[in-house]
Amino acid sequence: MNVVNEDKLAKSKKRNQSIAFFILGLLGYFIVAILLIILSFIVYKGISVINWSFITQMPEDGMTKGGIYPAIIGTLYLVAGSMLFAFPIGVLAAIYMNEYVKDGVFKKIIKQMTNNLSGVPSIVFGLFGMSLFVNKLGFGDSILAGSLTLGLLALPVVIRTTEEALKAVDNTFRQASIGLGATKWQTTRRVVLPIAFPNIITGLILSVGRVSGETAPILFTVAAYFLPKLPTSIFDQAMALPYHLYVISTSGTNIEESRPIAYGTALVLIIIVLITNLLANALRKYFGRKVKMN
Amino acid sequence: MYKLESKNANVFYGASQALTDINLAIHSHTVTALIGPSGCGKSTYLRLFNRMNDLIDGIKITGQVLIDGQDIYAKGVNVDALRKKTGMVFQKPNPFPKTIFENVAYGLRVNGITDAKFIEERVETSIKQVVLWDEVKDKLKKSAFELSGGQQQRLCIARALAIQPSIILMDEPTSALDPISTAKVEELIHELKAKYTIVVVTHNMQQAGRISDSTAFFYLGELVEYNTTKEIFTNPKNQRTQNYITGRFG
Repeated sequence: MNVVNEDKLAKSKKRNQSIAFFILGLLGYFIVAILLIILSFIVYKGISVINWSFITQMPEDGMTKGGIYPAIIGTLYLVAGSMLFAFPIGVLAAIYMNEYVKDGVFKKIIKQMTNNLSGVPSIVFGLFGMSLFVNKLGFGDSILAGSLTLGLLALPVVIRTTEEALKAVDNTFRQASIGLGATKWQTTRRVVLPIAFPNIITGLILSVGRVSGETAPILFTVAAYFLPKLPTSIFDQAMALPYHLYVISTSGTNIEESRPIAYGTALVLIIIVLITNLLANALRKYFGRKVKMN
Repeated sequence: MYKLESKNANVFYGASQALTDINLAIHSHTVTALIGPSGCGKSTYLRLFNRMNDLIDGIKITGQVLIDGQDIYAKGVNVDALRKKTGMVFQKPNPFPKTIFENVAYGLRVNGITDAKFIEERVETSIKQVVLWDEVKDKLKKSAFELSGGQQQRLCIARALAIQPSIILMDEPTSALDPISTAKVEELIHELKAKYTIVVVTHNMQQAGRISDSTAFFYLGELVEYNTTKEIFTNPKNQRTQNYITGRFG
């Protein structure tokens, strides 16, 4: 008795598979297409204004001419400052969470809080940063206040990715080290962290990407509308690329005329994020090779 | 006096009991195989002797576990010092992301030894003990990951030997290795017996037969039968032991 027609079954299986692959493939290409469209749009509109003087000159004529040098430098300062703050704290917090705290209510609460923190709208971070760093602590509108605010924003990303990286380290590495009489801290520092490091770098990449493009948190804490000189200390205000883009697109002296500069700014911002990503990726590969698993 | 001993040892993971009233005594300079189907508690039992189970959240251990007659779960026991008495070898070779030399030196360094000459000598002796010296002596500064799986496992054994334990605990030490590497490790176990007391968890019945003096059969968290390996394999007293070693379940 043969109730299944083998031939027919094979054919319908094959057809279903082809349909599924087609749909999945289509969606994949769709995403790539969207990204390419956005990128090529920005490049098309912005490439004409990009030249050496654009990235090395001060803005001129009510920001309708000249370059965006101070905004580039401001953004780099802010990214560096926020990472200086968020990376050590985030990594140490994640180490504490993953290596030291026992499973239980306390850990669950911290975890939930970290997740909630990453869901807080960035404008709220901006308001918080203004009231705490700018006013209460008296840093004023400054790179310091802006960096700290952006750092807070990046913190949950750093914590979460570091935690994932630590979790991915096979437990037998810890057991082997502990078994040789090492303490928990020796184990963490000498064995677990080196193995997790390439993946921790990923967290850094993600947060740099997020931080460099944020506008709302720097709005009230550091960003200057127009400041044709470079900051000289961490208590100075600074221009920043995303805010500069916002300003010349909405409230510049001559919005139409500064349109190409806006696209140029956007392009520079994208390129900076891209370069950071590539750089961090190279770092990750470099460290990854050093601790390559079999 | 027995080298290793447990008296009514019980282990609970939260509400579920992993080991029930295990009484077992092991002489020094012997190889003891712990066999049994997956989840029978043999690995958990092995990890009682270096208190590795302590790392698991929500674990509870009752009864007595003795090394050289001392209860290692008694209050005031220095766990780090205790763990130095035992070396552990794992299922998958797990060298640290360090050089071959530093892998073996690790146990010395974390225990505060800084004398470079002493470390060098100890590393060399340890690697020689696992018959790996000729293969690695020219690349001690290379990453341990460049070694083959079998070499890595022998390096891990050398790493454990460097702190001069008296007991070696092995958790399925050859299950990730090819037959030739397995044979080398088995030969090594045989040689190490002269100096160490060895307990091996294994899934491989032939291996237990080849390398061990005594065999303990665990089933569902209980010690079903413990005897000389010869007796267990030729004349098991318990029906379940017989069924298991003849491959009728497991």
